[in-house]
Amino acid sequence: MSGWRRLAKLQPQIISWLEVGPLALILLLFFGVPMLIVLGVSFFDYGRVQMIPAFIFDNYIELFTSSLTLRLYLTTLKYVVIVWAVTLVIGFTVAYFLVFHVRSLLWQIGLFLLCTVPFWTSNIIRMISWIPFLGRHGVFNQALMAVGLIHQPLSFLLFSDFAVIVAYVHLNTLFMIVPIFNSMARIDPSLLEAASDAGAGRLRVVREIVLPLSKTGIALGSIFVITLVMGDFFVVKVMSGGQSSTVVSALSTEIASLQYPPAAASSVILVVIVALIVSAILRLVDVRKELTG
Amino acid sequence: MNAKTETNSKGTTRRNVMKAAAAGTGLALGSGVVQGFPTIWAQNLKNIKLIQVGGSYSAIIDIAKQATKDLGFQVEMQTADEVSLLNRLINEPRTIDIADIEYYFQNYLIGRNIIQPIPLSKYKWWDKTVPIFTKGEYPDGRKVSRQGTLPYKVQYLESRDAKTFAKHPTDLLSGVPTVFNADTLGIRPDLIHRPIEHWYELLNPEFKGRTAIVDVPSIGIMDAAMAIESRGDLKYGDKGNMTREEIDKTIAILTAAKKAGQFRAFWSTFDESVNLMASGEVVIQSMWSPAVTAVKSRGMSCYYVPLKEGYRAWASCIAPMAHLSGLKLDAAFEYINWYNSGWQGAFIARQGYYSSVPETARKFLTDDEWGYWYEGKPAQHDIKDPYGNLMEKAGRVRDGGSFWQRMGNVACWNTLMDEDRYMVRRWNEFVSA
Repeated sequence: MSGWRRLAKLQPQIISWLEVGPLALILLLFFGVPMLIVLGVSFFDYGRVQMIPAFIFDNYIELFTSSLTLRLYLTTLKYVVIVWAVTLVIGFTVAYFLVFHVRSLLWQIGLFLLCTVPFWTSNIIRMISWIPFLGRHGVFNQALMAVGLIHQPLSFLLFSDFAVIVAYVHLNTLFMIVPIFNSMARIDPSLLEAASDAGAGRLRVVREIVLPLSKTGIALGSIFVITLVMGDFFVVKVMSGGQSSTVVSALSTEIASLQYPPAAASSVILVVIVALIVSAILRLVDVRKELTG
Repeated sequence: MNAKTETNSKGTTRRNVMKAAAAGTGLALGSGVVQGFPTIWAQNLKNIKLIQVGGSYSAIIDIAKQATKDLGFQVEMQTADEVSLLNRLINEPRTIDIADIEYYFQNYLIGRNIIQPIPLSKYKWWDKTVPIFTKGEYPDGRKVSRQGTLPYKVQYLESRDAKTFAKHPTDLLSGVPTVFNADTLGIRPDLIHRPIEHWYELLNPEFKGRTAIVDVPSIGIMDAAMAIESRGDLKYGDKGNMTREEIDKTIAILTAAKKAGQFRAFWSTFDESVNLMASGEVVIQSMWSPAVTAVKSRGMSCYYVPLKEGYRAWASCIAPMAHLSGLKLDAAFEYINWYNSGWQGAFIARQGYYSSVPETARKFLTDDEWGYWYEGKPAQHDIKDPYGNLMEKAGRVRDGGSFWQRMGNVACWNTLMDEDRYMVRRWNEFVSA
C-alpha cells in the first residue's frame, strides 16, 4: 500500500497516463486507426469492384472541381443552420421555463422526463410517423380542409425540405434542451433577483445574465445538433422522398456502388469541416473552463 | 478443356457414391460394395451444410427447409440486399457456399475466381430450360432484346478462368438460371381514370407531383430511358449500355422534370414503394411485382400495366462458390439440380415470378394455378400465395397476361453499364438537383 503511494508521489505522470490511457486507447483503436485507413484509401484508384492501391489525388480533384460538391455542402449547411436555429430557440425556451418558472423540484424532474418520452421509441419510428401525418391525405391536411382553411391538400408538407426540417427538429431538440438545462440549473437564482431588484426587465435579465451564463450549454447543444445533422443521410432520404441529398447521402450512394476511394475522400473532407466547425464553437466558448468552474 | 474433363470424371464417381450413400447403408451392404466407405460418406453428407445467400425475393427459408428434407443434407438461406451481397461475395467469399445473384452481377465477378461455373454435364435441366437463357431466343426463333444484361450474353464460359463470356454456347455455365420476371410501371387505375399504354406517361405533366421512380441508379435510369425514348426525345443505341452523351441527355431531361415538380419521391425500399402507392401520394411509378400485390392486398386497386414499348426484365442465377470442392461441391450440384426440379419453381410462381424450367414447376402447381400464373387464364378459384394468403379473387386474369405475352416483350434487362461510374455520379447530381 505504501509502495503504491510512494510510486504515485514519485511519478505523478504515471498516474496521469493511467487515467488517460483507457480513453486514449479506445480513441486510437476505434477512431484513429480507422480514420488513417480511410485517409489512405482516399488516395487509392478504383476499378469496377476493386480498390487499386495507389497514391493519386484524382478523388480529391474530382471532389473539388465538381459543382455537385458545393451544392451538397450548401444543402447540408442550409439544413444545419435552420435546424440549429430552431432547436436553439425551442431548447433555450424549454430549459428556461423548466429552470426558472417551475419552482417545485419534483415538477421540474417530471416535466424534464416528459421531454424524453418520445425517445422511448426508436428514431426511425419517430421519423416515419410524420409521413402519414403530413401526407396529402394525411391527418394534418384533412384537418385543415375540414376546418375550411384550405381547399386543396398542401403537398409541400411531405417529401420536401419542410418535412426534413420538421423531422430533424423533432429528433434533435432534446440534445439542445439537456445541456442548456444543465447550465441554467447552475445559475444562482439570487443573481436574477438582484438584477430585477436593480430594475432590469425580464428580457434584459435573459440577455445579460441567463444567456451569457448558459453559453456552455448552448455550445455543447450546438455541437450535438450540428454534428448529428451533418452526419445524417437517412432522415433526408426518407423525409424528402429521396429528392434531396446531403454530403453523406452522396457518400452512401458511392459506397452502394462500391466506389470506396471517392467516398473515403469525401468523408475525409467532411471530417475536416466538422472538426473546423466544432473547434470554432469551442474557441468561442471555453467549455472546459465553464464546466469545471 | 483438360481441367474440365478431370472434374467431370471425378465428380461423376463421387456423385454415384453419394447416391448410393443416400440410398442407405443397407443398399451398400446388399450390393456388396466395400463396407465402411459408404457409411462414412453418408455420415459426411449428413454433416454438410450449404449456405445460400441472395435477395429476399429468392433466398427463401421455406425452400431451404424443403431442400434439407429432400436431400439429406442441410441447406441454410441468408438474405442480403444487393450491395451487401456484392460486398460479401467479393470481400468474404468463404462465408457463402451458393451465390444467388442477379445475372448482371456476373459482369462484376467474371475472371475473379469467386464463383465457379457449372459443367453442363452436371446439370440435368438445361434442355428443358426456357430458350431465353439457353439461346437468347424466344421459342419461335425471334431474338430477345440484347439491351442490358440479357442472361444469354453472360451465360456461357470457355473455361473456368475465362476473362470474358463466350459468344456461343459452350459446356460451361456461369450460373444456373432460377427466378426471373418482367417489370413495368404500377398505376392506380382508380385515380387515373384512363388507359395507360406507354412509358412516357411517367413523365406526363398530367401526373405532375404524383409520379415516382426507383432510386437505384442502374435501374432508375433504365426506367427513365424507357420513358424518354417512348416520348421520342431520344433514341438510345443501347439503354443497357449508354454512352456518356446519352447519360448526360437523360440526366438533363430528368433534372428538368424534377425541377418542374414531376416527381413526388424517389423510393429505395420495397415498403416505400408500397406506401407511396397505397396512400395515393403517387399514381404511377416504377414498381416490383410483389409490391403491386401488396398494394392490392390493402384493398387498393393497383395495376401492373403492360406497356407498348415492353418490359424491363431481370433474372437471377445460382452458382457454387469457388472455394467448394470434393463432397461439398457434389452436394452443391445435387442441390442446384434439386432447385430447378419443380418445388422451388412452384413456390416462387405463387409469388408471381417465373421459373427457368417451367415444366418442372408445373408438376407442383394445380391446373388452376398454372393457368393463372403462366397461361394468362382467368382464375377458377381464389389464387393464394405460398403461405395461403389470398392473392387474387376467382375470375381475375394476371396483369399483362400469359408468360409469353409478358416475357415475349422484353425491351431491356437489368444491367451494369460500362460507364457505371460516370452514371452514378450524374445520378447523384440529379437526385440533389
